[in-house]
Amino acid sequence: MRIVDHPILGKLAQDRTVTITVDGRALEAIRGETILATLLAHGIRKCRTTEKHHEPRWFFCGIGRCTDCVMTVDGVPNVRTCVTMVRQGMVVETQTGLGEDGGGES
Amino acid sequence: MTRFQVLVVGAGPAGLAAAIEAATAGATVMVIDENSAPGGQLFKQIHKFFGSSAHYAGIRGLDIGRKMLDEAQSCGVEIWLDSTVWGLFPDNHVAVIRDECSMLIEAEKVILATGAYENALSFPGWTLPGVITAGSLQTMMNVQRVLPAKRMLMVGAGNIGLIVSYQAMQAGMDVLAVIEARDRIGGYAVHAAKIRRYGVPILTSHTISEAHGAERVESATLVHLDDRFLPIEHTERRIDVDMICLAVGLTPMAELAWMAGCQFAYVPEAGGHVPIHDENMETTVPGLYVAGDITGIEEANTAIDEGRLAGIAAAEALGYCSQDEASGRKALVCERLDELRLGEVNRTRRTVQRILQAQSSGVQQELSDVSPQRGRSQIG
Repeated sequence: MRIVDHPILGKLAQDRTVTITVDGRALEAIRGETILATLLAHGIRKCRTTEKHHEPRWFFCGIGRCTDCVMTVDGVPNVRTCVTMVRQGMVVETQTGLGEDGGGES
Repeated sequence: MTRFQVLVVGAGPAGLAAAIEAATAGATVMVIDENSAPGGQLFKQIHKFFGSSAHYAGIRGLDIGRKMLDEAQSCGVEIWLDSTVWGLFPDNHVAVIRDECSMLIEAEKVILATGAYENALSFPGWTLPGVITAGSLQTMMNVQRVLPAKRMLMVGAGNIGLIVSYQAMQAGMDVLAVIEARDRIGGYAVHAAKIRRYGVPILTSHTISEAHGAERVESATLVHLDDRFLPIEHTERRIDVDMICLAVGLTPMAELAWMAGCQFAYVPEAGGHVPIHDENMETTVPGLYVAGDITGIEEANTAIDEGRLAGIAAAEALGYCSQDEASGRKALVCERLDELRLGEVNRTRRTVQRILQAQSSGVQQELSDVSPQRGRSQIG
């Protein structure tokens, strides 16, 4: 959910938007935000499933260190969605295991 | 090879302050940061700062960030964003990745202002979607302007846990409780009072024993701890939350200092291993300085002053200001730092500062004075 009105930060500027595709679904994103922010704005709570036990993972540190939130972006696996900005037309997919280029796709 | 007189790693409060001082004195300065926006964690800090007016008291972190960026730009500091320093080699050869290309930059002085990362806490269920760090929530709410969940539990009643809980309420979340394993609140009373006024319980001597949920956090079990931090039987209770936030300390991000061969001291009070440095913030590797959380976990205002010290010292070493002038300016900064470190929370940090400087000048005795229970601190 977006925080549209904030007591300190004021109103959210939502005029400059782009569209990205997440698992085949077109989502409105705000220019300058991260892929993860777009996911959170639309209530998506999973970025990937783990290689061995197929458990869901979301985000943890939010600053690009823990790599929990990696997804496949425009065909490239293991992209940290918390530090990667959205671009018009970006194609984002929930990642399975290590992703295709990582040799771990089951 | 690109050359700069001063290269600063990290564009947070410490790095920007260092860059501003060195550039104002006349040095050519480059700041490199792996993030796509400068300011480090400053832009997440929407609360007003404490301290004296010299420390931006009463000003919100994000406004301090804007001010410092303006200053840095007006004194000619070059800032590279989306650029990662991955190596620090002898003679201050700095390896950088930018636009998927690796390059070497040579600098006469290098200032590491790399900051810190947040600690994790493991318990059954901690890998479930919905367990995140407090700083992470702060980033989502205050920078990205999104709410990841609705009802949260905060683990840790230090300043970060308290402040982020309050910010979560400002953003529209319900905070069910703040729990703290110690028997007292670690953060400032004023921050605790702010959330208590809204009816949020702060449960000391409590920890989380498990997070529950199938695909995401649905609830958490809390347990009372005895004075040895052991769970007391039959005191478990379960609360419904969809997010668990961890504010359980930070660790200095010192990889580059290790790589450069700096000597370290293990100081638990500072957050772990920290590079030994002198009053100029210079490490045991000549020409390599540190400032901010890499020297031990503290706050943005102290980071700014440490950055200033390092910047002045680097400019002095390069011959841009006389020893007298530099001493005068450093003394002013040190005076302010001492003032900032008067509070209870910061008293430990002053002790840490003493140890590091004592070590730096070869005095080992103070080591055993500070943490007698832990025996001698190790030097890496």
